[in-house]
Amino acid sequence: MNLWQGVEPSQLIALSIIVPFVGSLLVVATGKTPNLREAVTLTTAVILFSIVLAITDYSMQGPTLQGSALSLDVIEIFPGLGLNFDVEPLGVLFALVASFLWIITSIYAIGYMRGHQEKNQTRFFCCFALAISSVMAICFSGNLLTLFVFYEVLTLSTYPLVTHAGTDAAKQGGRTYLGILLSTSIAFLLFAVLGTYVVTGTLDFRPGGIFDDSHSKTVLAVLLVLFCYGIGKAAIMPFHRWLPAAMVAPTPVSALLHAVAVVKAGVFSILKVVIYIFGIDGLTDLVTTDIMLYIATATVLLSSCIAMTKDNLKARLAYSTVSQLSYIVVGALLASSVAAAGAALHIATHAVGKITLFFCAGAIMVASHKKNISDMVGLGRQMPLTMTAFTIGAISIIGLPPMVGTWSKWYLTIGALEADKLIVVAALMISSLLNIAYLLPIPIKAFFNTQSEGAAAWSWSETKEAPLPMLIALGVTSFGCLALFFYPQPLIDLINLIPGVSTSMGER
Amino acid sequence: MFEQHLAALPVLLPLIAAPITLILGRSLLSWGFATLVSGCAFVVSIQLLAAALSDGVLSYALGGWPPPWGIELRVDAVNAFVLLAVSAISTLVLIYSKDSIEKEVEKSKHSLFYTAHLLCLAGLSGILITGDAFNLFVFLEVSSLATYTLVSLASDRRCLTAAFRYLVMGTIGATFILIGVGLLYMKTGTLNMLDLASRIELYDSNRTINTGLAFIVVGIGIKMALFPLHMWLPPAYTHAPSAVTAFLSSTATKVAVYVMIRFIFTIFGIDHVFEKMGMDIILMALAVVAIFKCSYMATVQSNVKTVFAYSSVAQVGYMILGLSLVSVTGLMAGVLHVFNHALMKGALFMAVGAVFYRVGSVDIKAFNGLGRQMPLTMAAFTIAGLSIIGVPLTVGFVSKWYLVTGALEQDNWVVAALVLAASLLAVVYIGRILEAAYFKKLPDNVDPNTVKEAPPLMLAPMWVLVLANIYFGIDTSLTTEAASSAAEWLFPSGDTHSVSNVQEMSK
Repeated sequence: MNLWQGVEPSQLIALSIIVPFVGSLLVVATGKTPNLREAVTLTTAVILFSIVLAITDYSMQGPTLQGSALSLDVIEIFPGLGLNFDVEPLGVLFALVASFLWIITSIYAIGYMRGHQEKNQTRFFCCFALAISSVMAICFSGNLLTLFVFYEVLTLSTYPLVTHAGTDAAKQGGRTYLGILLSTSIAFLLFAVLGTYVVTGTLDFRPGGIFDDSHSKTVLAVLLVLFCYGIGKAAIMPFHRWLPAAMVAPTPVSALLHAVAVVKAGVFSILKVVIYIFGIDGLTDLVTTDIMLYIATATVLLSSCIAMTKDNLKARLAYSTVSQLSYIVVGALLASSVAAAGAALHIATHAVGKITLFFCAGAIMVASHKKNISDMVGLGRQMPLTMTAFTIGAISIIGLPPMVGTWSKWYLTIGALEADKLIVVAALMISSLLNIAYLLPIPIKAFFNTQSEGAAAWSWSETKEAPLPMLIALGVTSFGCLALFFYPQPLIDLINLIPGVSTSMGER
Repeated sequence: MFEQHLAALPVLLPLIAAPITLILGRSLLSWGFATLVSGCAFVVSIQLLAAALSDGVLSYALGGWPPPWGIELRVDAVNAFVLLAVSAISTLVLIYSKDSIEKEVEKSKHSLFYTAHLLCLAGLSGILITGDAFNLFVFLEVSSLATYTLVSLASDRRCLTAAFRYLVMGTIGATFILIGVGLLYMKTGTLNMLDLASRIELYDSNRTINTGLAFIVVGIGIKMALFPLHMWLPPAYTHAPSAVTAFLSSTATKVAVYVMIRFIFTIFGIDHVFEKMGMDIILMALAVVAIFKCSYMATVQSNVKTVFAYSSVAQVGYMILGLSLVSVTGLMAGVLHVFNHALMKGALFMAVGAVFYRVGSVDIKAFNGLGRQMPLTMAAFTIAGLSIIGVPLTVGFVSKWYLVTGALEQDNWVVAALVLAASLLAVVYIGRILEAAYFKKLPDNVDPNTVKEAPPLMLAPMWVLVLANIYFGIDTSLTTEAASSAAEWLFPSGDTHSVSNVQEMSK
C-alpha cells in the first residue's frame, strides 16, 4: 500500500478521522443529488480503507505505542492531559474491520434505503459517516480521555440514526438507547476514568498496564467493575436493554453500528482497558475479576435463551449480539493471553458473521416485507441466495467449520481451559448449542418446509430477491466468513503483535 | 489618564452612564448607548485580568484616601476573572435584549430597563472589585435594587408578586450581611478586608466574630439562592423578562458565590471557617442536597424557565461543593464553574427567550416541533443543554472533571459518585425538552409560517455563548489558568497566611 507514502505516518491518523468527517460534510453538500451523494459516501469509504491499510502496513513493521512515529497529540484539554492518538495493533484490527465493512454497508445501504423508500436519506448518510469518524478516533485513541470523549461522540452521533423512522417506537427506542448509554458512561465510566487518573496520575495506554503493586487492590477491584459497566456499549447484563431497543433503526444501521461499530467499540474499549490499563496479569488477583467474569458468562447464556423466545428476526439477532459480545468480555476477563487473543479475534469474526445475518434480515424486509421468523417458512424458494448467505452467517456465529467463527471460539475455549475455568468452558459449549437452536431453524424452515400437494418444482422464475447492491454486499460478507476460515493468518499476526497477547499457549 | 484609574472604570462607567441612558429616553438610542458602555466595561475588564495575571494585585485608593482608612478597590486574579464573565455576559445580553424586550416589556419602560441593567452591572462590578466590607454591602444593595426593578418590568403581571417576594427575601439577606459586617466592625474597628483579616486572626474564635460569620454566611446564602434559602429564585426567574433572567442567572448568583469565597477565604481564613467552625460539612451537605433536590425539581416542571431556574439552584450547589472540599482543586472547580455556568445558562435562557419571542409561551408544550421551525435556536439550545449535562468537549465537562478530581483527591468517593449521579437528572430535564422540540409535531393551531427563526440580533449573542461553550471546553488553557491561579492565590499555603497579609498591609 504505497498510496499514502508521501504522507507523514502520524498524519495518517488525523486523516483517518478527518476523511469520514469531511465525507459527512460533503454528503450534506451534495444532498440534493442522490447519485452524487452516494458516490461521495462510497469514495470516502474506499479512501478511508486505503488509509487504514497504510496504517496497518506501518504498524506491522515494528512495535508501536508511546513515542513511535504513529502517534499524534492534538490538543491539551487539561494540563498534561489531552486528546492524543496512538496506533497499536488492537486498534488497527478494529479499524480494519470497521472501515472495510463500511464500504460493504454503504453499498448495501444504497440498495436498502432506496428499496425501502426511506426519508431523510441525507441525514442518514451524514450521521453514518460521522459515526465512522468517531469510531476511527476510538480505534486510535492514545489515552482514556480520548477514548471517553469519542465514545460519547459516537453515542450522540448514532442517536439520530436510531430514531431515524421518527415513529413512537423509534422515539421510545431512542430514549432507551441514549438513556442507558449516556447514563452508564457518565455515572460509571467517567467515574472510573477520573478514579484512574487520581490514583495513577496518568491516563495513557501502556503495555502491561498503568497500575502497579503500590495501588490498593480494593480500589482497583472497584474500578474494574466501574469500567465493565461504564462501557455500556459492551451490553453486559443488566445494562443490555439499549441494544434490542436500538433495533428500531433502519437495517443498515443495525448491521454496521449494532453488529460492528458501536457494540464493538464497547468491547474494544473493555479489551483496551484490560490490556493497557490493568494489564492482563494485573487482573488475576482482583476479587471482582471473577465476579464480572461470571456475570458475563451468565449474560452469554441468558441472552441466548431470550433470543430463542423472540419471533422478530432483528430482535433475535440483537439478543444474539448481546450474547456474543459477552464472549469477548469473558475472553478479556479470563486473564489469559490466549483468551485475550480469542477475544480480539472474535471482534473480527463476529463482525463478519453478524453483519451477514443483518444484511439478510434487511434483504428479507425489503424484498418480501417480512419481519417475523414464523412468516419466513418456505422463504428459501423466493430468496435462495439470501437464505444461503444466512446459513453461512449462522454457521459462522455458531462456530462451526468451515466458517471463521470457529477460530475465535477455539482460542476462547483454550484460554478458558488454560485459566482452569471449566464452568466457562461448559458455558461456551452450551451457548454454541443454544446458537444452533435459535439460528439454524430459520434457514431449515425456509428451505425444507413440507410442500403443499401439487406444488410445482422450484425454478428461478419464482425468486424475488432483494435489489442487486444488497445481494453484492451480503455475498461479499458471507464469502468473507468462508475465506477467513482458510486464511486467518493476517489477523492472527496482527493480534500476536498486541503486547501480552498471544495465540500460542504458555507464551507471553 | 485612564491607565491609573483602570480599576475604578468597571464601576464608574455604567454608574455614570445609567442616568444618561434614562435621559436619552428613546428605546433605540438608550439601547445603543447602554450596549456601548457595557462593551467598554468589557474591554476594561480584559485589561484588568491581563494586569492581574501578570502583576498580581492591583490596588486603587478611591478618592486618594489610602487604605485601611479610605475605600480600597482591589483587583486580583479571582475577581478579575469573574468580572470578565459578568461584563461579557452583560454586553451580550444587552445586544440580545433589543428584540427580546420588545415582546416582554412595555415600550415606555425600555429606557428604564437599560438604566436598571446598567445600575445592576455597576453594582455587580463594584461588589467584585471592592476591598471594603461595608462598601461591598452598598454595592450589593445597588445591584439588588436594580434587580428588583428589572424583574418587575415584565408585562406579565405575575412578575410583580415574584419581584416583591424577591425584594423581601433579598432585603432580609442584605440585612443579615449588614448585621454581620457591623459585628465585625464593632469588634475590630475596621472595614477594609485585608485589615479585617489580620485582626480577626487576633480575636481567635471570639463569639462576636463567630456570630458575625454566621450572619454573613446566611445572608450571602440567601443572595446566591443556596438551598434551602432559594425559594425566591424560581418565581423571580420564571416571571422576569427573558433578557433579565439570562443576565441574572449567569451573573447575580455567581457574584454572590464570589462574595462567599471572599469572606471565607480572604477575611475569615479557612482555618477558622472550616477547621474550627466545621462549616465545610454544613456547606457540603447543603450543596449535595441542593444538587439533588433542585435537579429533581427541574425534571418535573412544565415551564421551561422554571426548569432552568431550579437547574441554576442546583448548579450553585456544584460551586459551593467545590468550595467545601477545602482544596486548591476544589476551589478551582468552584471558580471555574462560576465562569462556565454563566456561559451555559446564558445561552439556554437566551434560547428560551427566543422561543418566547416567536411562540409567546415558554411552557414545555410550546417547544413542540420547534426543531424544524427554529433550527438555529434549537441547535444552540441542544449544545448548551449538553454542556449542562457535562458531555465532553463542552465547558460543563471541564467543570465536572475538576470537581470530581477534587473530591477524589481527598478520597471522597461518595461525593464524587453523587456529583456524577446528579448529572443523570440533568439528562432527564434536558432530554424532555429536546424530545418535545425534535420529535413532537407543531400543534395544529399554530401557523408554521409565523413561528420562524429568531431575529439575528438574538441569535448572534446566543451563538457567541454557545461557541464559547465549545471553545472553552476544548482549549481550557485560559479558563483553567485563571481559575487555578485564583485558587492558589486564595488558598494559603500552611502558616504563611497571616504573615503575607501583614506584609501586604505594610506595603
